[in-house]
Amino acid sequence: MKCDHCDKPAVVHEVVIKGGVTSEVHLCAEHAAQKGYQVPPVPVTQLLAQFTGQVPSIATPQSRKAAAPARCPVCGLGFAEFRQTGVLGCPGCYDAFMPQIGAVIERAQAGAVSHVGRAPVRLEGLADRAAMRSKLLQELETAVTTEQYERAASLRDRLKNLGEET
Amino acid sequence: MRLREESSTVQVGPEADVVMSSRIRLARNLAGFPFVGRASDAQRHEVLQMVTRAPLGQAFGGGLTWVNMAQTTPQERQLLVERHLVSRHFADSTVPRTVGVDAEETLSVMVNEEDHLRIQTILPGARLDHAFERARLFDQEIESSIDFAFSARWGYLTACPTNVGCGVRVGVMLHLPGLRYTGEMERVKRAAKDMHLAMRGFYGEGTEAVGNFYQVSNQLTLGFSEDDLLRRFTQETVPQLVEYERTARRMLVESNRPLLEDKVFRAAATLRAARLLGSEEATKLLANIRLGICMELIPDVSLELVQRLLLQVQPAHLARIDATATDDDKGRIARAALVRRALRA
Ligand SMILES: [Zn+2]
Ligand SMILES: [Zn+2]
Repeated sequence: MKCDHCDKPAVVHEVVIKGGVTSEVHLCAEHAAQKGYQVPPVPVTQLLAQFTGQVPSIATPQSRKAAAPARCPVCGLGFAEFRQTGVLGCPGCYDAFMPQIGAVIERAQAGAVSHVGRAPVRLEGLADRAAMRSKLLQELETAVTTEQYERAASLRDRLKNLGEET
Repeated sequence: MRLREESSTVQVGPEADVVMSSRIRLARNLAGFPFVGRASDAQRHEVLQMVTRAPLGQAFGGGLTWVNMAQTTPQERQLLVERHLVSRHFADSTVPRTVGVDAEETLSVMVNEEDHLRIQTILPGARLDHAFERARLFDQEIESSIDFAFSARWGYLTACPTNVGCGVRVGVMLHLPGLRYTGEMERVKRAAKDMHLAMRGFYGEGTEAVGNFYQVSNQLTLGFSEDDLLRRFTQETVPQLVEYERTARRMLVESNRPLLEDKVFRAAATLRAARLLGSEEATKLLANIRLGICMELIPDVSLELVQRLLLQVQPAHLARIDATATDDDKGRIARAALVRRALRA
């Protein structure tokens, strides 16, 4: 359905009844915002498009100079790709794209910049276990593609036991 | 695929005149793995193995029923969507994925949705506390054997950076015909926006609120604890919205009773007479009957019957009840017959 005021697709649909007279309202995001209607949440890709290499307000003086790398060193996701989809590749992307990600989160979360609340029970050693798991997974991937099935099986066992070594 | 004969959400819960159901969703990812979108199929399978093999305690009867989505028919997937056990995105996805469901069908766990784990609970009426408790219990049990991706700064890490923090989505499905028919909906929507609440239609984001059913949920997940979020919803947001709606319904009775009665009785007459009925039309009309029952205009139909019909008129549920509903046209005939039969008594 099109917007009442232009050709863009309508995102807000309302039936208004005043004095027994029914009328329908269909508006695009822009016209809806103009008239003060609630618009569906802004997608991440749009948040990202709003600053093209500009200094995010969250950045510290040091991180201002450091431009985000073009790729996450852990999963290889390119920043350009993230810009397009709004979806990250791995937990490591949060560090890799730090100043930009921080600004996206701050905007999306109405200014909040840090977590409050529960943390995993087994937080101790979590980072080490995650790094080990990541390494084993990469080795497993190689073992499978090169058809080293015995090695793959032993890697799987080590992966399985990783969760229990606390 | 084994599912219960009837979804537990058709029951009549607390504040049922306004609150249809309460939902909690937790987003979690396994530490050391790429997120689902960037993982290889081997890694996705590894995630499936780890989650489905994780030991679960007595609270979950020793385990969930796991449904491998690759082995389901399109109709079974549609049934899961209609019961809100999986998301539309999950049903349509092609990656290796599975959903775990508990015996009561109040908890479902999607593995390999956008995040590795989407833990969901859904209960009829205003029961967010209980829904949260159950989701959190599952979260804790899994967490005792599996590491979740977490950072001290951002909390639980999610594939989409706007879901970080506690990773909790609190939501209620509300029936708000009073606010709609008195023209107050826009004010409520603006207020919701100021409180950072998302208001969506029956079929999700950007859709029209068919039957005046609205999903209300938090947009923010960072900077407060899950307990604060829950407290705000159960003590402020939901009671306030319920009160607004009840006030609007009283206003409607006092200032525009003919409009109210017209909506209700026209819906009842149409449903008792129709020979062809689409699912959207059925939803709209049943919603007005629902309003009529709450306003004591329709004494001979129970709220529970309408709740059940609201689910049964959805395509996959209809096809399960009536084998003749093999396509849209035959479905319209079967749906009209089903509703006429149910409302005749
Ligand atoms: Zn427009
Ligand atoms: Zn990455």
